[in-house]
Amino acid sequence: MSVISSVRDFLDETGQISRFAGRFFSHGLKPKFEIKELLAQCYVIGYKSFPLVGLTGFIMGLVLTMQLRPSLVTYGVQSELPVMVGIAIVREIGPIITALIFAGKIASSIGAELGSMKVTEQIDSMEVSGTNPFKYLVATRVIATSLMLPLLTLLADAIALFGAYIGVNIKSVTNIKFFFIQVFESLSYSDIIPAVIKTVFFGFAVGIIGCYKGFNSTKGTQGVGRSANSAVVLSSVLIFVLDLLTVQLTNLLGFN
Amino acid sequence: METKPKTNEENEPAKSESVIVMKNLYKAFGDNQILEDFSLSVQREESVVVLGKSGAGKSVLIKCIIGLLTPDKGSIEVLGKEVTGLDEDGLAEARKKIGFLFQANAIYDSMTVRENLEFPLRRHWTDLDEPKVLKMVEEALENVGLAHTMDMMPAELSGGMLKRVALARTLILKPEIILYDEPTTGLDPITSKEIDQLILTLQKKLKTSSIVISHDMSCVKTIADRVVILLDGKCYADGTYEELESSEDPKINQFFQSLLV
Ligand SMILES: Nc1ncnc2c1ncn2[C@@H]1O[C@H](COP(=O)(O)OP(=O)(O)OP(=O)(O)O)[C@@H](O)[C@H]1O
Ligand SMILES: [Mg+2]
Repeated sequence: MSVISSVRDFLDETGQISRFAGRFFSHGLKPKFEIKELLAQCYVIGYKSFPLVGLTGFIMGLVLTMQLRPSLVTYGVQSELPVMVGIAIVREIGPIITALIFAGKIASSIGAELGSMKVTEQIDSMEVSGTNPFKYLVATRVIATSLMLPLLTLLADAIALFGAYIGVNIKSVTNIKFFFIQVFESLSYSDIIPAVIKTVFFGFAVGIIGCYKGFNSTKGTQGVGRSANSAVVLSSVLIFVLDLLTVQLTNLLGFN
Repeated sequence: METKPKTNEENEPAKSESVIVMKNLYKAFGDNQILEDFSLSVQREESVVVLGKSGAGKSVLIKCIIGLLTPDKGSIEVLGKEVTGLDEDGLAEARKKIGFLFQANAIYDSMTVRENLEFPLRRHWTDLDEPKVLKMVEEALENVGLAHTMDMMPAELSGGMLKRVALARTLILKPEIILYDEPTTGLDPITSKEIDQLILTLQKKLKTSSIVISHDMSCVKTIADRVVILLDGKCYADGTYEELESSEDPKINQFFQSLLV
């Protein structure tokens, strides 16, 4: 019985989120645009996330290299270390780790911010002041997350590769120029472009889920906390689902 | 289309004209019937106080007037124009003339006091220049005695100060109609009295019509030209403060008991 009802709740919520996302395309993208608020959100969402994303990117590249080395040494192919690490970072680890860190930081803050605005009637107050809250709050944030995550991912990739260079240098000596030439020669556009495009979808998911949870927050501190929390959980899961879908799609399109 | 906020002095209309006419309103949330055949009209420059128990649907009622909620049935005319079923632009146009004081203040906590006051101004009147906006913000804050808080964040202000900032933000557009949702609830008696006086003074100065929701009987006594009681979704009683106070009906009387203690 409870299985049926939880399946129904799940489908119900999926439908509501789809409708919310649909509203973004049907209403949110129409003029007049809230350019000023969009730029402010890009600053908060993108620029302010950079130190965190950079740090995790660096550690990720470094640790990945240190972990991969012993196996490669076993097979006697440690000279391929930069190639292995480069492909792993650019194609998968960079986008997914950055997206998850981003979800943890941004989905929760959007969920909590809009949630508390909702329960203290600030959103209604905006509407009374001649402002469409969906355009002003939701559209700006969703566009900002969709634009900023790809940029952050590229930056994180670059920093992770630098971390990998340091990782390689722990046990052997490589010239930085030689390292990057080796990495980039093994990478093609079909490695980079699909990986960047999928982060647009990841960013969109983070923005939409954060805003949806905030807009549907229930009253009280607990309600707001729950929106923030479930925004992170749901957007993280959705990032993995989208990752699975995009890898299938790029396979079908013959990018691999 | 108008481009500047107007005060009512510019074209003084007849005094007995109705500015809000609500007819046979119905509103339910699921099985919870809140408004059931509610009718009320408000004359120009009149202050009507709505009394009712907690959860009676007073906030729902005034949210219907400003279009935050849509009634299931019935009509609401504001300044001669039907507001139910208006589209976004139509509603924005109507809302320029209606001020709304939220029960929970609804001050934007990520903005300074000044930005809070500027928000409705810039949103409704996109062609105001910088000095004019500043002047209107200063004037509105002076009206509520909070000129010194202009660059503070809402978190730095007390509850009563926030209420007054909210009031200033409501009044800055110089609306013809103001809907107050519990302007004095949760304040100490002295601040309450100050706010009552403020509402009265501004009401006279700006010649507004208003609907005031209040549980505070001394506030009601000060402000009300007319009192209505919202009971079981209907307009149960309608009269002056004195008329209702001396009523024999226990359902009416209970609202006035608190004063006798
Ligand atoms: N958006 C909503 N969705 C569902 N139910 C609602 C909604 N808004 C109000 N209600 C219900 O409508 C009823 C009336 O609410 P309302 O806020 O109008 O009460 P009120 O008369 O203003 O009370 P109070 O004096 O406590 O503010 C309540 O039972 C409330 O649960
Ligand atoms: Mg209320």
